[in-house]
Amino acid sequence: MNHLSLIIKREYLTKVRNKSFIIMTFLSPLIMVGIFTLVGYLSQLNNDKVRVISVLDESGLFAEQFESTDNLKYERVDGLALSEAKKITEENGNYGLLFIPKNNNIDELAKSITFYSEDSPSLGTLDDIEDAIQEKANTMKLTEAGIDAARIKELRVRVNTRLETFKGQETSKLGSGIKLVFGGAAGYLLFMFIIIYGNMIMRSVIEEKTSRIIEVIISSVKPIKLLLGKILGTSLAGVTQFLAWVILLGLFSVIASSIFGIDPGSMPQQQEALAQADAAGGMESIVQDVFVEISNLPIANLVVMFLLFFVGGYLLYASLYAAIGAAVDSETDTQQFMLPLLMPLILAVYVGFFTVIDNPHGTVSQVFSYIPFTSPVVMLMRIPFGVPLWQQIISVVILFATFIGTVWFASKIYRVGILMYGKKASYKELAKWLKY
Amino acid sequence: MEKLLVAENVSKSFGEFKALNDVSIEVPKGSVFGLLGPNGAGKTTFIRIINQITMPDTGKVILDGEPLQPHHIQNIGYLPEERGLYKSMKVGEQALYLAQLKGLSKSEAKQRLKYWFDRLEIGDWWNKKIQELSKGMAQKIQFVVTVLHQPKLLIFDEPFSGFDPINANLIKDEILKLRDEGATVIFSTHRMESVEEMCDHIALINKSNKILDGRLIDIKRAYKNNTYEVGLVTENHESVAAELKERFELSPATFKTINDELQYKIKIDETATANDLVAYLTTRGQLTHFVEVIPSANDIFIETVKNN
Repeated sequence: MNHLSLIIKREYLTKVRNKSFIIMTFLSPLIMVGIFTLVGYLSQLNNDKVRVISVLDESGLFAEQFESTDNLKYERVDGLALSEAKKITEENGNYGLLFIPKNNNIDELAKSITFYSEDSPSLGTLDDIEDAIQEKANTMKLTEAGIDAARIKELRVRVNTRLETFKGQETSKLGSGIKLVFGGAAGYLLFMFIIIYGNMIMRSVIEEKTSRIIEVIISSVKPIKLLLGKILGTSLAGVTQFLAWVILLGLFSVIASSIFGIDPGSMPQQQEALAQADAAGGMESIVQDVFVEISNLPIANLVVMFLLFFVGGYLLYASLYAAIGAAVDSETDTQQFMLPLLMPLILAVYVGFFTVIDNPHGTVSQVFSYIPFTSPVVMLMRIPFGVPLWQQIISVVILFATFIGTVWFASKIYRVGILMYGKKASYKELAKWLKY
Repeated sequence: MEKLLVAENVSKSFGEFKALNDVSIEVPKGSVFGLLGPNGAGKTTFIRIINQITMPDTGKVILDGEPLQPHHIQNIGYLPEERGLYKSMKVGEQALYLAQLKGLSKSEAKQRLKYWFDRLEIGDWWNKKIQELSKGMAQKIQFVVTVLHQPKLLIFDEPFSGFDPINANLIKDEILKLRDEGATVIFSTHRMESVEEMCDHIALINKSNKILDGRLIDIKRAYKNNTYEVGLVTENHESVAAELKERFELSPATFKTINDELQYKIKIDETATANDLVAYLTTRGQLTHFVEVIPSANDIFIETVKNN
């Protein structure tokens, strides 16, 4: 077996067999599902408590408007004086008292409604109450003005602007959202991958230095081979872990939802969003739209470029992580080098999530999708919005050219650094190493 | 004598710092060659050049008649001074890995490891992790890994550090055995007593320059200066001592004895011989002790480095 495959095999096996690696592989998805389940469970628990609201409606106009639900009950206390009603509400331990005074002017009435309660009421409950009153008040005002409220409801129009490029490619706002999800997911995935496994490479380089085995290895293998083997072996372990996470996350979600009856994926906000979508135009049509939009995405382009940028971007950073590992004696010394490495990465994510969303083809987005240290993340986010192929190719070429440069740089640092013990490397020192 | 390794005019600089300056060294086949020098003299740089870890700026290295090439790493076994093993890896697995990196096939490596593990009686460590072993135990594994691929040239940098005296002796015997089986050994150390015991050739490097090399015996011959250690029983110590002081260059000596005697190191003229001195001394008393003072490797080391 040749050296490179031996090294890759060893790196891969030691990573994969490492106890903390195995534990993290299982624990991370477990914790994630656990947290979502817990949050889902707690919010459900919250909802299970029945709140009783006393309603004192002196106007007699709105009492019918309040429909009790499973966890919110309205109790009419008609005919009591306000002070009495307050007392009773408090004594019964009810959530609060809604007081609607008598007033013939609807506008004035709307302003004089009061909610009495022990603590500040939840905004959600208040919204529900206000919505109910508002609807009725609106209808009443419309009727007053001689307009048929039911007719207006019928005539309401739902607007969904269709977007189309000059070349005739159809998109929509929904489509933009989906593109964003795809691009964002790809960019963020790469970001996470670089940070987690770049660090792992760095630590494994440091380990070889601290255990002093490096010189034994280097007397059998060229440093560049060891460097490459390390990066590739660790990356394979990373891909393995990522796949395991995807599978386990799915598995644990299914288990959690079947045990607790909670879908950890559906958080309250999402439910709300779905409910809104439902109201707006029916679930089915939305789902259909989503599928249409997804099929409209340049899938082949996306997949190929994802692979290229992922590999290129990851290797670029991985080689620098390895160089840092070689330059220091222990992990605590890495700080001064980590910041300049992380800055462009974080910048890329910021540019991606703020500028690209705002204007995927603006100058800032374009520039950052050429700079090799940010291009993998930024370009991956831009591609779903349609980037001309020549731009993509230029960006990939720049990325790989820079990658060759950083590998050269990293291997220089690595070659010298791995044999330097006890010397605290400064940037000046590193510059000197390049000339050795 | 046939040379296994010839370094010709090797120089190496790191930035401003000159680590090796025009060093030429010849290592005879089948010898134990001591590479000596104070800390920071350039020994490790020289060894790393032989191992092709660093490349020389100028000069060349010839191994067994061929200029040094990448495939030569299979012919060299190197035990660095800064050495260690993967702590969380199992002994057997690790030894197999390192042996395969040196070009052995897996089955061959296994077979030889079994032989060596039996020879050093460490067979039952195979499935232990390095972190479970003591430092000395780990050093044994390291030694096995170094010699496993039967290299023509073995390079040991401070091989005995980390060993207790028993294991140090064991390793010393193994090294000599390997030499008898045909290997050539380069041996870098500060411990002069082991140089004395093991080396037949030495080279001394100081401040990036080679300042001395050759057979240890020849060097000692060159450094001896007609000095003899004598013990003399006389009837009158004071008068004989005064007379000796007048005639020779004297320095005090101490050696264990059962007699009450004069003990001196006596340096005689270049032209005089030991016999002349013996003849003279026997006329002054009973000669109980007469030894030629041969400079130790330690003396030579200190003297040359100081004078350099």
